[in-house]
Amino acid sequence: MKKVLALVLSLAMTLAMCVALSGCTENKKELLGMSDAPIAAVELKVDYEVPDDFKIGFICLHDENSTYDLNFLNAVYAIQEAAGLSDDQVIIKKNIGEDDSCYNAAKDLATQGCDIIFANSFGHESFMIKAAKEFPEIEFCHATGTKAHTEGLDNYHNAFASIYEGRYLAGVAAGLKLNEMIEAGKITAEQAKMGYVGAFTYAEVISGYTSFYLGAKSVCPSVTMDVQFTGSWYEPTEEKNAAEALISKDCVLISQHADSMGAPGACEAAGVPNVSYNGATYESCPETFIVSSRIDWAPYYNYIIKCVVNDEKIAADWCGGIEEGSVVLTGVNQDAAAEGTVDKIKAVVAGLKDGSVKVFDTKTFTVEGKEVTTYSADVDDMGDYKPDTEAIKNGEFAESSDRSAPYFDLKVDGITRLNEKF
Amino acid sequence: MQSTKQKKALSFHIVKRDPLPWYKGLAIRAAAIVLALVVAGVIITLLTDKNPLAVYASMLDGAFGMDIRIWSLLQDIAILLCISLAVTPAFKMKFWNCGAEGQVLMGGLATVTVMMFLGDKLPLPLLLVIMIAASILASIIWAVLPAICKAYWNTNETLFTLMMNYVAIQLVSYFLKTFVKTGSGVLSPMPQFGLPVLFGHQYLLNIIIVAVLTVVVYIYLKYTKQGYEIAVVGESENTANYIGINVKKVVIRTLIVSGALCGIAGLLLVGGTNHTINTETAGGRGFTAIMVSWLAKFNPIFMVFTSFLIVFLQKGSQQVSTDFRLPQAISDIVTGIILFFIIGCEFFLNYKIVVSKNGKENA
Repeated sequence: MKKVLALVLSLAMTLAMCVALSGCTENKKELLGMSDAPIAAVELKVDYEVPDDFKIGFICLHDENSTYDLNFLNAVYAIQEAAGLSDDQVIIKKNIGEDDSCYNAAKDLATQGCDIIFANSFGHESFMIKAAKEFPEIEFCHATGTKAHTEGLDNYHNAFASIYEGRYLAGVAAGLKLNEMIEAGKITAEQAKMGYVGAFTYAEVISGYTSFYLGAKSVCPSVTMDVQFTGSWYEPTEEKNAAEALISKDCVLISQHADSMGAPGACEAAGVPNVSYNGATYESCPETFIVSSRIDWAPYYNYIIKCVVNDEKIAADWCGGIEEGSVVLTGVNQDAAAEGTVDKIKAVVAGLKDGSVKVFDTKTFTVEGKEVTTYSADVDDMGDYKPDTEAIKNGEFAESSDRSAPYFDLKVDGITRLNEKF
Repeated sequence: MQSTKQKKALSFHIVKRDPLPWYKGLAIRAAAIVLALVVAGVIITLLTDKNPLAVYASMLDGAFGMDIRIWSLLQDIAILLCISLAVTPAFKMKFWNCGAEGQVLMGGLATVTVMMFLGDKLPLPLLLVIMIAASILASIIWAVLPAICKAYWNTNETLFTLMMNYVAIQLVSYFLKTFVKTGSGVLSPMPQFGLPVLFGHQYLLNIIIVAVLTVVVYIYLKYTKQGYEIAVVGESENTANYIGINVKKVVIRTLIVSGALCGIAGLLLVGGTNHTINTETAGGRGFTAIMVSWLAKFNPIFMVFTSFLIVFLQKGSQQVSTDFRLPQAISDIVTGIILFFIIGCEFFLNYKIVVSKNGKENA
């Protein structure tokens, strides 16, 4: 009896698998897949000779499971290959918290003879500075930090990228998708509401979602956006919940600035288009992924290695753009994005390059119904939280011009923050 | 047919062992560790193409390879041990305190709040006194609330203490939002208001404090009347009642002790180490401490070894993932295997399996 049952069961399972597999192949045939990247990663030009005793150390907050850290790690592997470095010359420390363990890791890398030490999380900054003071002969580079230009250390540097340009372009893709929905009669122009999952009410996030929104608005003037904060950079459940909450509030397209697969996953489950960040989520979200902007850190790594090898000074603040290859877009998913998205993005890229398109052009947004003509931003992060630098220059908010990390924190009309607690 | 089947059937049952002589116990434990290393080695070779011996060398290197690594090892042992000491009196009383994580965070939060608002207003010695008092008090409140409810209304302390962890984590998030006006959620460290640094070694004071506490807790549990009362309540509440121990009082008093020790851990983490706080400051140690305490059978001196073992495995596995560019998950698997064998061997030290060939005989 048991044998018969087992036989029947296994037969049933085989049959189910066949059905499932054939279903897959059928679907695959219809898919158009990803286009080529509208802004491709630039080829790394290694025009310097790296000595054999050169070493570089990397400190990462999490590991490959976080899209944020994975993006850094991929850039590390890219530069390692391009510069022909061995595994012994590139030391990677993962899962280093934003506390004294970062200082320990930096000291550990310094003792191992690293010439450059790089840390990737905002909270690592104070501990990197502490280590930088202790090892003046070693270069300390820190992504997303704010203090290099005021700290006055020769061996401590901040870096970022003008990712607001990338987000603006991703916003254009989102706007085109909204237009497509309006034209198809799925929503009215007034219902064109996007949702955004943000980590903190921090300038980096605000600058990001505002540029995304302005990109969408540039092609879909009636668009509005709700933002839900999670209070954490990496919290899969919270991000999933936030995305679901936004979807239930009639947001027809979601984007996020948080580092897990929570929001993209929720979108795929609900069939809501998603504009991603840090890299393509196409593999796990083939039906809803539209496009993703990301920072490519390899050009910066290339720059700092070149500086150290050639005995040149590293800039205190470095902000790479599209030109440097720091801001890149993934391919566009032609099964989810609106038609003509790639061409439109390429046109806007040309506009950004020749200056005819500005992301934070003061004519394109209002705050409390008025155009912004002057705004003092807190650029010098001295712990006083006092605005100190005029940010409106030549009719635009001059993001990242006085320090690499973003400082745009205006509350632009059309964007509603659903919670403020973070 | 029926009878042959019964003859073939093996049956076994588990019997408590007589205590083994200490050298036998030690030998069995050592054998378990060796066996664990062998099994872990086989798995490493199967999953990756790395040489297991090189992997173990890298673990040792990660724990002892440099001065800074040894200091960091000792520091992490000290903090984990401190939290393990904190949960031990409660566990000995069979009060399942799963809330050390939150209790430590509350101590840390109180410390950082004092540093933040009184740091530049008071002379350092006075500031330190207030920091110590505030952190201990905050942790005591977090530990004693579930104790009072348990003592008077017999609430479930496991759930209560566990839930208090989440409240503590959210409170830290909330205060970070209030303290840090840029919204980044990252509070800059304030080393100028931290605990004193002895002989130029930042962790030395932490290590000394925990070493002293270990001896104090050992004596408290073993040689004082209060320690005896804890043991009696743990063995049987009825006995305790019968011989005139006020169980309510003992439960509450013990959790005050537990909370105070967590407060010291929070103080050392924030005031003596990080000089700032985030929701990860306790870093799961509140839960790891439970394992440390159990493995050491609630003996503070043994806990020095068990916390060393855990921290060594953590440090070693991190180094393995750096050296061989393996995902941390592989090192965690190795750590898991080693712990599995050690816990398993504790079982076989206490019990033996009696196998009998005929099922009927023993039924």
